[in-house]
Amino acid sequence: MADLAVNLGGIRLRNPVLAASGTFGYGREYAAIVPLDRIGAIITKGTSLEPWAGNPPPRTVETAAGMLNAIGLENPGLKHLVEADLPWLAGQGATVVVNIVGKTVDEYTAIAEALDAQPAVAGLELNVSCPNIDKGGMAFGLHPETAYALVRAVRKRTRHPLLVKLSPNVTDIVRIAEQVRDAGADGLSAVNTLVGMAIDIHCRRPVLGNVTGGLSGPAIKPVALAAVWRLARVGLPILGGGGVSFWQDAVEFLLAGATAVAVGTATFVRPRAMLEIVQGMEEYLECQGIERITDLVGAANPGARIG
Amino acid sequence: MNLEQARVVENRLLAPGHRRMVLHAPAIAAAAGPGQFVHLRAHDSFHPLLRRPLSVARCDRSAGTLVLIYRVIGEGTTRLADRRPGDWIDLLGPLGRGFRLAPGLTPLLVAGGVGVAPLIFLAEECVRKGRAVEVLAGARSASLLVGEEDLRELGVKCCPATDDGSRGYRGPVTGLLEGRLDGRALYASGPPGMLRQVQQLAGEVPAQLCIEATMACGVGACRGCACRARGGAHRLVCTDGPVFDSHEVTFDG
Repeated sequence: MADLAVNLGGIRLRNPVLAASGTFGYGREYAAIVPLDRIGAIITKGTSLEPWAGNPPPRTVETAAGMLNAIGLENPGLKHLVEADLPWLAGQGATVVVNIVGKTVDEYTAIAEALDAQPAVAGLELNVSCPNIDKGGMAFGLHPETAYALVRAVRKRTRHPLLVKLSPNVTDIVRIAEQVRDAGADGLSAVNTLVGMAIDIHCRRPVLGNVTGGLSGPAIKPVALAAVWRLARVGLPILGGGGVSFWQDAVEFLLAGATAVAVGTATFVRPRAMLEIVQGMEEYLECQGIERITDLVGAANPGARIG
Repeated sequence: MNLEQARVVENRLLAPGHRRMVLHAPAIAAAAGPGQFVHLRAHDSFHPLLRRPLSVARCDRSAGTLVLIYRVIGEGTTRLADRRPGDWIDLLGPLGRGFRLAPGLTPLLVAGGVGVAPLIFLAEECVRKGRAVEVLAGARSASLLVGEEDLRELGVKCCPATDDGSRGYRGPVTGLLEGRLDGRALYASGPPGMLRQVQQLAGEVPAQLCIEATMACGVGACRGCACRARGGAHRLVCTDGPVFDSHEVTFDG
């Protein structure tokens, strides 16, 4: 049996297939058909200090080989996570990465600090790339200086492994990633959704209540893969994601330099997609005679320097 | 909640642009209640990508089958219309919070167009429980009264209303509500404009509304199918609904 275990910047994973933030709630929604101890980890819905109400509807629209969403990070807040979700997830044997988001640096650091003593948390994913909120989110991830300052501040408040989820909506994602690395991040998560929109030609107005949204699904896979390829030279482990639908996609991301992959939109289409991907990768390794999945990481990418 | 490969038993034209599909899906049929829906994937390609939520219209637990009545309106339902007996369809369900029959009050079911689907299931449930039930069914014209066949089979009284007057009352189905509200509880399903009318006309009469929305996950994980709740908050159509008490939601804005 091939070894699927990976270490993602200090987060030890039984396999390299994770539920992407915002696509898997806090695990309860799919638990009846996706056992949480069979996937690498669940990355929770983006969680803020206080509950957030999210954006006005409509919040999603289907597009060619993809979908746009503008949920606006609706979430029940930190207290609910700590009191209700983390204990339940621990009982399921889930490995939990908490995606955290705030409108200010202080909000991010307050959440990080509050979660520092939580043994049920395996790591944090800092969301500096949500395109659907006015303040915070992507605003922190578009400029190297603000990204550095935020990661630095959070780094000082947490001992948990710290991933930073990057936006593809930038001129030079590598430059942002280098700042994030220098500020003390343990890993990169790439990529968040691409800004997009759709217009209702009958009503002659944007479909989404938020006007623009984030594009996900198979349509963005080539973009995400190229981002991971370029990021592989930064020297931090990468959680690759963006349109991962099948095990072949996951293998591509690993070959480009990702240590693990996040699966999101595919779960909406095929709720057991993550389990299918784990199984497909396992069979691929056996067929190829590869003993450890880590041997694949960056194997196609001569520029890869995985930390 | 089950993920089940359902076999198509029948998929026939019911009315212009409307079809009736019978699926063999015993696990889902055993658990489904009126107002709940299935989230289905009719094909394997990336376009259209997402599943389609459809209300369950009938359920035969002993045969392990359920009925869907749908309007062929876009790419997803066009793919669904192409499926033949013997084909397999990936079904997730039953999902959502369905109708809750109010004790004591006689159920009056108000349907607009293909919105009749979940109300047929509710009528079937009333018949099974030996409760009197009446359906008011609206459509653009007589040929589009897609629930009549099933309701007749159930022996449920159905008063039609058509926009063009080709059958029954001429005008919106809500025009039939006047004088019929005493001692009743309303259960409505149809387009938003109709539901808003029902909400206004119901006043103090208890009413439940079955709402439609486009969905990504269908299980509450993505929070994409939010609708507006009274007081400015949101509710999820997939898990808080699709059936809401009338006073919970608003169709304004």
